[in-house]
Amino acid sequence: MNFPILSSLILLPSIGALFLFFTRSKSENKITVKYVALFTSLVNFFLSIYLWFLFDPTTSAFQFVEDRVWIEGLINYKVGIDGISILFIILTTFITPLCIISVNNSITKRLNEFLIAILVMETFMIGVFCSLDLVVFYLFFEAGLIPMFLIIGIWGGARRVYSAFKFFLFTLLGSVLMLVAIISIYWITGTTDVVQLYELGIDTKYQNLLWLAFFSSFAVKTPMWPVHTWLPDAHVEAPTAGSVLLAAILLKMAGYGFIRFSLGLFPSASEVFTPLIYTLSVIAIIFTSLIALMQEDMKKLIAYSSVAHMGFVTLGIFTNQQQGIEGSIIQMISHGLVSAALFLCVGVVYDRMHSRLIATYGGIITIIPKYAILFMVFTLAALGLPGTSGFVGEFLILMAAFKDNFLVAVLASLGVIIGAAYMLWLYKRVIFGKLINSELKKMIDLNKSEAFTLTCLAIPTLYFGFYPEPLINIIEVSISDLIDTYNFSVASKQ
Amino acid sequence: MEISIIALPLIASIISGFFGKFIGDRTSEIVTSLLVSISAILSAIVFYDVIFNQYEANIKIATWINSGSLEVNWSMKIDALSSVMLVVVTFVSALVHIYSIGYMSHDPHKPRFMAYLSLFTFAMLMLVTADNFIQLFFGWEGVGLCSYFLIGFWFKKETANAAAIKAFVVNRVGDFGFALGIFLIFYLFGTVNYTEVFNQIPNVADEKLNFLGIRINAIDLICILLFIGAMGKSAQIFLHTWLPDAMEGPTPVSALIHAATMVTAGVFLVVRCSPIYEYSELALNIVTVIGMSTAFFAASVALVQTDIKKIIAYSTCSQLGYMFFAAGVGAYNVAMFHLFTHAFFKALLFLGSGSVIHAFKDEQNINNMGGVWRKLPFTYALMIIGTLALTGFPLLSGFYSKDAIIEFAYLSGTTTGYYAAGIGIFTALLTSIYSWRLMFKTFHGNYNNKEINIEETHESPLVMLIPLIILSTGAIFAGFIFKDLFIGYQGINNFWNESIFFLEPLSTDHPPLWFLVLTPTLVTLSIPLAYYLFVKNKNFPAQIVNFNKPLYDFLFNKWYFDEIYDTLFVKSSKKFGLFLWKFFDIKVIDGFGPDGISGLIKKFSIKANKFQSGYIYQYAFIMLLGFSAFLTFLIVK
Repeated sequence: MNFPILSSLILLPSIGALFLFFTRSKSENKITVKYVALFTSLVNFFLSIYLWFLFDPTTSAFQFVEDRVWIEGLINYKVGIDGISILFIILTTFITPLCIISVNNSITKRLNEFLIAILVMETFMIGVFCSLDLVVFYLFFEAGLIPMFLIIGIWGGARRVYSAFKFFLFTLLGSVLMLVAIISIYWITGTTDVVQLYELGIDTKYQNLLWLAFFSSFAVKTPMWPVHTWLPDAHVEAPTAGSVLLAAILLKMAGYGFIRFSLGLFPSASEVFTPLIYTLSVIAIIFTSLIALMQEDMKKLIAYSSVAHMGFVTLGIFTNQQQGIEGSIIQMISHGLVSAALFLCVGVVYDRMHSRLIATYGGIITIIPKYAILFMVFTLAALGLPGTSGFVGEFLILMAAFKDNFLVAVLASLGVIIGAAYMLWLYKRVIFGKLINSELKKMIDLNKSEAFTLTCLAIPTLYFGFYPEPLINIIEVSISDLIDTYNFSVASKQ
Repeated sequence: MEISIIALPLIASIISGFFGKFIGDRTSEIVTSLLVSISAILSAIVFYDVIFNQYEANIKIATWINSGSLEVNWSMKIDALSSVMLVVVTFVSALVHIYSIGYMSHDPHKPRFMAYLSLFTFAMLMLVTADNFIQLFFGWEGVGLCSYFLIGFWFKKETANAAAIKAFVVNRVGDFGFALGIFLIFYLFGTVNYTEVFNQIPNVADEKLNFLGIRINAIDLICILLFIGAMGKSAQIFLHTWLPDAMEGPTPVSALIHAATMVTAGVFLVVRCSPIYEYSELALNIVTVIGMSTAFFAASVALVQTDIKKIIAYSTCSQLGYMFFAAGVGAYNVAMFHLFTHAFFKALLFLGSGSVIHAFKDEQNINNMGGVWRKLPFTYALMIIGTLALTGFPLLSGFYSKDAIIEFAYLSGTTTGYYAAGIGIFTALLTSIYSWRLMFKTFHGNYNNKEINIEETHESPLVMLIPLIILSTGAIFAGFIFKDLFIGYQGINNFWNESIFFLEPLSTDHPPLWFLVLTPTLVTLSIPLAYYLFVKNKNFPAQIVNFNKPLYDFLFNKWYFDEIYDTLFVKSSKKFGLFLWKFFDIKVIDGFGPDGISGLIKKFSIKANKFQSGYIYQYAFIMLLGFSAFLTFLIVK
């Protein structure tokens, strides 16, 4: 067997975390601790880039597969990637170091443990995107809750406990059903190996219930309307780095799950429930956009806009067309970059003024011009301006949706109008206008590390806006294969 | 060479935008103006090539999106239509760049301003040279973005910020239709490339679709959706509300974006899609009706406005209406001709009004001006030229293009065509009256400004006047020189070539003589009329206003569009958003969801707590109860 690159990717951050666990966190070695964490995550990032080079985009078969017996005859530790998963892995390894860089003096207590939580989180996230066994997937998927729960509950704001429990309650509720479904799959087919399940297929008569069970878990995590209300609360209370991880990566697990499991394992049920997904997605897009329009808290606004953006994702996935699913993946990657950046942007002004309220700000363009420019880039990406990655995803999704259902596409396109309104209005109220609050004059522009992280996010946002080919090439074959299998099994069962 | 036409403005923008601080204000101004001027010269060369050598090209620069069957390239299509647009855009842009050096001389953010102007030029060039609908859309949104930046350039002004957002969002409403149009095109033809789409059009000429419960011809629907986009960008009635507000931006911006180039993108779109529109009678009729309604509506509002820039903005709106109804009656080449001449005289008028505003130290109300024509002789003379050209005074450029529009509307022989011609003539009269009203109130009569002394008003510097002089030459001669090329019979066959498609050749008849002389006569006669009304006998217009107060209010408040939209869309969305948030999310979802459940559990546990009182006799009593219930159950069973 070759070098187990995927297991290394999964385990490396945890090893770093273990290392941190055994170092005593004193005030003088705060910097050292941060460097250890950063170093670990950077090694992981470069490893994933190496993975990208090794990856063969011309096949839809799983690559770098590792298969080890875990519990004899029951569960195998099986990991492997294809075109659908690789981008999410790179997104995770890319966002994590930026997240660690962004951790600054705002985390005053237990820095060591905070970094451990982030690194452990990275392990779980990569695990989710690699696992090829349902049980392994479930473990990683649920384990991801714990560090996030802690990040919100320990390092969060004033109402952190309420938010943490709300987050936990919602997500756990769905997960239990998914566990039941996984056990049933085992009883029905005798395996939890995803590759084998793809080949075997699952009997149509079980699919609907199983689909609903998986859906209940993914819908909460996406989050889809109406189980989205945990997200704004979680974001508002979470520290900046937590919000970034939550928005950029955690939400993508569900989108990934929809493609990998809902479409892959239960095609005929997916066909049945497509109208449900369409309805919920369109409601999410329009309703949460309208809600975002009225927010007074910057973080809440961006959180609600995340729900709307993820509405596009779910819409695209269930169009079951090349453009739709490709658009959804690009939208997820783009949202990962842009929402991360927007939360960092809020973090920047929050660190200086300790207020997330839009009304606190206004007229700061001349005081912090660099910030204003970068914030503008992400604002435009969030409203889907052509030339940013946000446009490519959204446009492909809508194009595919239009092929399938005119009404859905028309309604979803309305969200694009409201999207422009709330983002530009937010920007105007924060950056433009007269400087009224004289406290703002003391603000200092981006420091080096802030400028660095935001620029790192801006570059791919623009690059993939003008040239999304690298992304599309890598996912193309896997998706067209997925669609072929899907159509085949739907057709053969009718 | 062709690619550098597009690339130079982009480079200019990057240099000025990112390095403006290091290279200084003056250098950024010179670099941007120079690069855009080079781009203008190159465009002129291309235009020359197209005229005399029938040059055409379709250059692929790079792949953009390639997903499944969708293939979109960054590309550059050069034909007669795009070469005309190239010349208009780069020339006006170069002149506006130079003018801005003077106009913005007191502004602290010069490099940023120049960078936006150049970026706009780049986006506009991407728009006009696209060979597919998605690149067109890129340019479309790109110019919208630059327009947003430039309207809100004076970011401290609340009104400017509001206007900028309004412009962007109203345009997004148009883009919503436009995007749906693109989706429909892709749905029907599986491609978004112009040539491939246009070739397939005849095949689907009779195809019907069920769109949201309406059974409609596919081509009609495409055309209508695309036209909604065009209405947004070209500020046609219903989606026009952003344009007058956009005057909050610096005046050079109004000249470049909101007169000569960006707002004509909608007309360009319709003309570019002539191979589709030719197959849709319904859509062409809609275009005509919207066009003529806008022409009339905007002219009527312009009659009573007092802000010099808003008058010209409504005038732009109205002239765009002319272009649309020209396209609507199938005279696409005439629409392009008016677009071409309009770029000169409208840019001239805007820059001229900028010169006036500059002289009055940022005063824009024409009631606070007057009597300064001797103080501003060059501006005065140049604006006279602009006004003459706009109103269609014989032998100036507007005369050739506007009269041609009215003639072709008449010759189209349809009912809408006759209506359009009638409204066209009446609007021409209104145009003449409001234009001369503006001129007379600004330059003649008494000096009405109380803030600054008449001695303080001054003529603009040469750097602002030279662009005006160049534009005025265009305003005088462009019509005469290019008449045969654009709308001559020889032109239809040769110059436009494949770029404009006519299902049936345009009529070659001539309208009756009385019809030909009607408009020029009205226009000429209206000059002394306006002079009488606004200089000689000022009480008379005031009396008219007094007698028709409701009508005046109606016009002065721009037919109340803003107020209606505000209650209908803005306020109601805000209210609905608030309801969804405060009531639905918090009360319903959370109330019955997590909060409700945790509340329930809490209540339950409090009850359970009370149970554990610690008194043995209570426990014993409960046990006894339970035991007897159990026994009863067994016995009964």
